[in-house]
Amino acid sequence: MTAPAVRLTGITKRFGPVIANDSIDLEVAPGTIHGIIGENGAGKSTLVSILYGFYTADSGEIEIDGRPAPIKDSADAIRFGIGMVHQHFMLVPNFTVLENIMLGAEGGAMLRAGKAATREELLRLERDYALDVDPDAVIEDLPVGLQQRVEILKALRRGARILILDEPTGVLTPAETDRFFDILRGLREQGVTILLITHKLREIMEVTDTVSVMRRGKMVGHRRTAETTREELAELMVGRAVSLQVDRIHAEPGEVAMAATGLTWRDEGGVARLTNVSLDLRAGEILGLAGVSGNGQSELLDILSGIAPVQDGRMMVGDRVVTREAPVGPAEMRRLGVAHVPEDRHRRALVLPFEARENAVLGYHDGARAGEGRMLSPAAMQAHCETLMERFDVRPPAPRQPAAGFSGGNQQKLVLAREIETQPAIMLIGQPTRGVDIGGIAFIHAEIMARKAAGCAILLVSVELDEILALSDRIMVMNAGRIVGQMPRAEADVGRIGLMMAGVSETGAAA
Amino acid sequence: MTRLPAWAEYLLIPLLNISLAFGVAALVVMAIGESPVEALNVMIQGAFVYEGAFGYTLYYTTNFIFTGLAVAVAFHARLFNIGGEGQAYLGGLGAILVCIALDSWMPSLLLIPLAIAGSAAMGAAWAFIPGWLQAYRGSHIVITTIMFNFIGAGLMVALLAGVLMRPGQSNPESREVAEAARLPYIHDMLNAVGFDMASSPLSLAFPIALLACVGVWVLIWRTKWGYALRAMGQSESAAEYAGVPVRRMIVTAMAISGALAGLMAINTVLGAHGKVVLNFPSGFGFTGIAVALMGRSHPVGIVLAAFLFGALFQGGTELDFEFQTITREMVLLIQGLIILFSGALSLMFVPWITRLVGRA
Repeated sequence: MTAPAVRLTGITKRFGPVIANDSIDLEVAPGTIHGIIGENGAGKSTLVSILYGFYTADSGEIEIDGRPAPIKDSADAIRFGIGMVHQHFMLVPNFTVLENIMLGAEGGAMLRAGKAATREELLRLERDYALDVDPDAVIEDLPVGLQQRVEILKALRRGARILILDEPTGVLTPAETDRFFDILRGLREQGVTILLITHKLREIMEVTDTVSVMRRGKMVGHRRTAETTREELAELMVGRAVSLQVDRIHAEPGEVAMAATGLTWRDEGGVARLTNVSLDLRAGEILGLAGVSGNGQSELLDILSGIAPVQDGRMMVGDRVVTREAPVGPAEMRRLGVAHVPEDRHRRALVLPFEARENAVLGYHDGARAGEGRMLSPAAMQAHCETLMERFDVRPPAPRQPAAGFSGGNQQKLVLAREIETQPAIMLIGQPTRGVDIGGIAFIHAEIMARKAAGCAILLVSVELDEILALSDRIMVMNAGRIVGQMPRAEADVGRIGLMMAGVSETGAAA
Repeated sequence: MTRLPAWAEYLLIPLLNISLAFGVAALVVMAIGESPVEALNVMIQGAFVYEGAFGYTLYYTTNFIFTGLAVAVAFHARLFNIGGEGQAYLGGLGAILVCIALDSWMPSLLLIPLAIAGSAAMGAAWAFIPGWLQAYRGSHIVITTIMFNFIGAGLMVALLAGVLMRPGQSNPESREVAEAARLPYIHDMLNAVGFDMASSPLSLAFPIALLACVGVWVLIWRTKWGYALRAMGQSESAAEYAGVPVRRMIVTAMAISGALAGLMAINTVLGAHGKVVLNFPSGFGFTGIAVALMGRSHPVGIVLAAFLFGALFQGGTELDFEFQTITREMVLLIQGLIILFSGALSLMFVPWITRLVGRA
């Protein structure tokens, strides 16, 4: 038997009082794809960060290919043949592929010789691993799928034989994800060992050979993928059986509560981010907006919620008309009954350094929830926040803790609680479960369903196709700022939506 | 990252930073051949013990409180107002204009509040312009407020050497304000009720400054406006989401900041000097930045920091008298070191303290 490519023994890492990794053991056989799955905050990222030398473990040992590997920083890790592809790419956007690959190993003060050598090596790597990328393409012009290839090539160029991939599919379309998995299989054939960090069960089942499950800083199980099931893994992850299905509540769609017609929007550089977008939201109906992130969904949410002004086209909220000439800001939108759960929790939905109770009135601070008249009442905010936290099971129930101190799921519950509590007629919900663990997802989905049943008109924007399919009554697909398809839930089909998301139109022509 | 307990963050670290500043200053004193212990002794005597010294210390403290509060209010909106110097200068213009117009007949009870309002209004106006340019034209506040210091200084020289110059005089300064416009001295007030206090330029401006601290605290932490201001300062995109009119807030915050800086003028124009003299803010506006930094933009911290700087300023004057070799520049050096260690390098000790506290 060959020695394992990676063996971790008793890895423990503390951050203050928090134990991020508690005596973790892990063995990965060479030339396999090994998945590490767990909820957010389970300690996956900490573990691979230790392996890649970002953190040093408080105790425990690392062995690479059967030899002890004291990894103190990422230079050590690279020397031991470990490469890492981060969730957020570390590429210089206005450099070419070649320039990015040679970054950090330019070979002398003048670029010419190094460039030629790198090009040769890059072409060899592309041939060996069947990873096609034009060396002279500029990174920012490449689709994310190709950018990811560049990241992988970068790691391979540095001699990586063990590749760590941290949540690699978050930014990919379903088609890109499939191609990406093919690449992983190809790498495996070449003898590369792959550690895939993810919280998506589907990916684990599809591509890995073996899988380890983490929960709350502990390793709770190792399985051969072929011998396990989604349900078993899910149970291991959360420590209890959860249903991945949402109980759908049927409600007859009612009146149009909010409508947008012909919205076109250009950013400061004059680039059209939205082109002729029309939609209507009906009471008691969830309209799901699918699409790869960055295809205009954020701009659309900003306009619908009043944050960005209407440039072209018009909106109707109830019987109020919103146009370029008659703008309506976010505060007025709230008064018209439009609640907004922004996509970006950290930038928009919360003021992170603010206490939870201060965040619990954000956007509604002019009203009585924050105090009488023009004065701010800590007591009123405290009471309001306690109510929200109890009703939405926000943990810890600590109204005075800064928002930054809550986990992603609990932050999201707080935001959702704030918006739902006002009993809005219309809800704009962006990425409701991004970075939320499975237990939280089920809770949030049930709350959204309950709002629908209560007659709320809901726009659900999500990059998680599963989520769109689970919740929506009607589905729209967005690509490059346009609505490229629309269908009732009953007629939805993952393959077709995936193609639309990727910009391949119904007739087969690439957009 | 673990967070430090409050006592370490608000007490231990500032004390360490100040001690380090004094330590380095002591080395410099030794290098020029004087005893640091003796120098410190002279400074303490000069700031607290000599007759009237404490009053002088508090007089300077008053200046620092106003300019420190001004910087702090802008800080909460993440605006860097370095125009306190110019705003204070223009505040003097506001006060003297009210006095010139009205002090021949108006009683104190009306005149003083009006003159105070005048100084606040002119300070606010002088900060309003950079604020507006930032909000609606995107001109950076740091650049514009610096430039407005120079414009303000130029304007004041022109006025003080021109229409405002005291008739029959050749000094660039205004005429004195009438007795009715003068803020009463604290020592006069205390002596009147039987307490003995040596005379000093400390006037009613000091309690007004403390009131301003309370006012700023209420404004920032107990009004919805302050909530919106802090939200904007911490996250402009979240404030946008919350429907805070960001541009209007920038302009208003700058105006309030300028008004506070302008109020510094009452301590001198309506207090100690009784007139506008050339360059009366003499750096207090700039030092306000350090005061706000050190005081963590909190009124209580600002009072403490202002007191420290006030004591340094007054004690430094004594140093200058007592030692041949130590000049006023020595005090500037200590001030500079304090700013360096508690401003620029304020986080230097944090990792060590965190480790120590974490171990305990």
